Amino acid sequence: MSPLSTPSRVITVGAGLLDEALAAQAVPTTPVDWRPPLPGTAEALVKVLGDPRRQAANELAADRLTSARPHLVGVRRAAEVLPRGTFLHAGPPITWERASGPMRGALIGAMLLEGLAADEHDAAARLAAGEVALRPCHEHAAVGPMAGVVSPSMWLFEVRDEEHGGTAYCSLNEGLGKVLRYGAYGPEVLERLRWMAAVLGPALAAALERTGPIDLRSLIAQALQMGDELHNRNRAATSLLLRELAPAVVEAAPGEAAQVLRFINGNDHFFLNAGMAAAKVSTDAARGIPGSTMVVAMARNGTDFGVQVSGLGGRWFTGPAGVPDGLYLGTYGPEDANPDIGDSTITETSGLGGFAMAASPAIVRFVGGEVADAVRATRSMYEITLAEHPAYQIPGLGFRGTPVGIDVTLVARTGLLPVVNTGIAGRIAGTGQVGAGLVKPPAEAFTSALLALAEAVSDPF
Amino acid sequence: MSAEAVLVRKGAYYDSVQLMRVSRALSGTPGVAAAMVAMATELNVSVIRDLGFTVPEACPGDLLIAVRADDPEAAVAEADRQLTTLQRPGAAAEQPPLTTWSAAAGEPAGLVLVSVPGEHAFCEAYDAVMAGLPVMVFSDGVPVELERRLKELAEERDVLVMGPDCGTASIGGVGLGFANVLAPGPVGVVAASGTGAQQVTSLLDWAGTGVSHILGVGGRDLSAEVGGLSTLRALRMLDEDPATELIVLVSKPPAPEVARAVEEAVAGLRTPVVPALLPAPDSGASGGANLTKATEQALRTLGRPVPEWPSWVAAPQTPRKTLKGIYSGGTLSLEAAAVAGQGDIVDYGDDAYTRGRAHPMIDPTLRLEALARTGETDVVLLDVVLGHGADPDPAAALAPAVARTSAAVVVALVGTRGDPQDLQRQAAAFRDAGAAVFLSNAQAARHARSLV
Repeated sequence: MSPLSTPSRVITVGAGLLDEALAAQAVPTTPVDWRPPLPGTAEALVKVLGDPRRQAANELAADRLTSARPHLVGVRRAAEVLPRGTFLHAGPPITWERASGPMRGALIGAMLLEGLAADEHDAAARLAAGEVALRPCHEHAAVGPMAGVVSPSMWLFEVRDEEHGGTAYCSLNEGLGKVLRYGAYGPEVLERLRWMAAVLGPALAAALERTGPIDLRSLIAQALQMGDELHNRNRAATSLLLRELAPAVVEAAPGEAAQVLRFINGNDHFFLNAGMAAAKVSTDAARGIPGSTMVVAMARNGTDFGVQVSGLGGRWFTGPAGVPDGLYLGTYGPEDANPDIGDSTITETSGLGGFAMAASPAIVRFVGGEVADAVRATRSMYEITLAEHPAYQIPGLGFRGTPVGIDVTLVARTGLLPVVNTGIAGRIAGTGQVGAGLVKPPAEAFTSALLALAEAVSDPF
Repeated sequence: MSAEAVLVRKGAYYDSVQLMRVSRALSGTPGVAAAMVAMATELNVSVIRDLGFTVPEACPGDLLIAVRADDPEAAVAEADRQLTTLQRPGAAAEQPPLTTWSAAAGEPAGLVLVSVPGEHAFCEAYDAVMAGLPVMVFSDGVPVELERRLKELAEERDVLVMGPDCGTASIGGVGLGFANVLAPGPVGVVAASGTGAQQVTSLLDWAGTGVSHILGVGGRDLSAEVGGLSTLRALRMLDEDPATELIVLVSKPPAPEVARAVEEAVAGLRTPVVPALLPAPDSGASGGANLTKATEQALRTLGRPVPEWPSWVAAPQTPRKTLKGIYSGGTLSLEAAAVAGQGDIVDYGDDAYTRGRAHPMIDPTLRLEALARTGETDVVLLDVVLGHGADPDPAAALAPAVARTSAAVVVALVGTRGDPQDLQRQAAAFRDAGAAVFLSNAQAARHARSLV
């Protein structure tokens, strides 16, 4: 029992009057900027906070997430990973009927790429008839940016967690503009994908055999210190990866090395997909811990925004995907934008992207903000996360670790939603990218997860 | 007529995101039909060509400025102005903690004071307990099963939970909630009632005896549901405290099984304990123990003299027909009812009167209305509580109302000479308004009874 002694400082939460009464006695205080929780969550919060398993479960979940050591170990054909007759897509489960323009466009493109349809109308008809099974990437240890469509002839990064032994996959990045993941499926899109399958994939696979596993945890940590936040800015990480790969590419595929390296160099987002697989393998390490209220996936399919929570297995909790607030390419505007889409929010789930904005001041210009806004965004995310990442640090915050491990109870209590950086896809199938910006997740995805956690508390007191 | 301009700035690098912002601002400028400022990457060049511009030879390291405007030169100048403003520095504000959990992870603190609405108080108090910090829950309306759960967790973590519904506490000289200014001294108080503790310590202060700590436990702590967990812990803490020579236990009638546990605990302490048992709310009149008597017993146990409790009375008051109590302190009103043994004593600090409005110790509105309804056949008994957190000048509003009524008014003034409101000035203001003022609530009630 600690002895009774004058408190050096008092944390006050609630009436300002009582905080003032302490100030009048010259007692230092830390006032909490308290606000009521999200509507309808008060009872569930009490139940979930009171769950005796929660604290230890969350400590374990956050520890597994932050101790993962993702390594890029290979590049392989999706056919080796995919179930037969199945395409993967981003976000929670979706049917063709409910799919948005860019999701439909990407699926049509995949049908054409695989030679499963004569033209776009035929492809749409076959997809509508259910000839191909559509499953979320997340259910198959994979993630995909934007539409996230994976079909058998595509190549995937293979990332292994050397700490816990998990494996995760992500497609290869096509570049910006008119690309499949933004819903474009024109001839230039398919031609690029064919080249990636015939040249890029095999060359990278052969190169990685020579380099051996590449430590992505270390690479991401370096890129953060070079101004990337690893979601909307991957310039430093791409450069670092290219440096690791270049000699091996030259050795492994001398005839195609120039085109391969030029392709990677020409796409500042080439690293994004490898980073996403690293994030996925890290968050997967924290899955399935009973009582844990930590988010292990946030993902959008262009229609719904879904979250998964460690303590609730593979269940999805969804709300309508919002339209990002950002800047548009050329003459495109918000009316051309599709609602939020892609698995790339796995970066935020693992403490990168919007959560690491303070490391990447250039990013705030997306929303017409100031550098201070980036710092503010990162600082605010410490209010809803369980841990600070031991390896992913922000120089501008005195090398403080990035906020990591979103806690559903803290989201509900503070009303603060995760800050998400994202690209913006065109609303109409076949358009491609129209801009980039920030997007607000729907609160109901988090509140419904919280209510389910409350139901799952086995020992109500 | 609009004209076009396409410029190449060799090797002028800007972040693409910054450039998107400049493009957007430029496109929104009056007289500009289309504008794009971008690095000359393949993609950007094709977008600019799609806009109908003719793009000269350029490589990805060059900056392209393409405008179609009434005055292209002015538009380019505007683009340059926007590009220079990109380098403006900005300050980053600190993020205040939004939860007790977050605050506890910040600068080291020794205690948490929770006063959010009752339905949300558990979460904040839970954070404090899990962080190993003692917590005072000022909030009322916390369900009793949550109080039990909180106190069980506190047992596991070896910390003290004061409350819920804990109006006052004092630890090592720091007053919390409604807190009188007290000198340090030998008496430790464990209190199930905030105003009960304030009455005892105010009287002790008048007698020149200081206080080590006041540990509130909440009005339900000694119920069968809660089991006296905080009372038992507070007793042990004061017993181990070197500054505490005597403990005053201000308690409501405990559940029988809890009473046994408390008796056993008290018997095992090295420090003497003086009980101040308050009457149960529904027990009706009982002239037995009261807070003033308990204070006197505490002084005698310490071997200190018991003074005359002060009163401020201007002129003798004449007898009336009925007694009306207009109280702000729940325990004080119960004590008054027990001592007076008659009359209609209303506690305006009760939940029924405080929903959606501040406590009557802060907001006098309801009591002013009640005073205005009294007349010459009434004796009015009123408590006025001083200290940090309470109305900074209660006499300012209440004394004129006392002067206006034709009733005989008796005031129980609970406070110390160190309180910010100035005890003597408050007493004088009520006396000058015609009231008889007592520092002892029991004496005030006895005086009021004598007038009926």
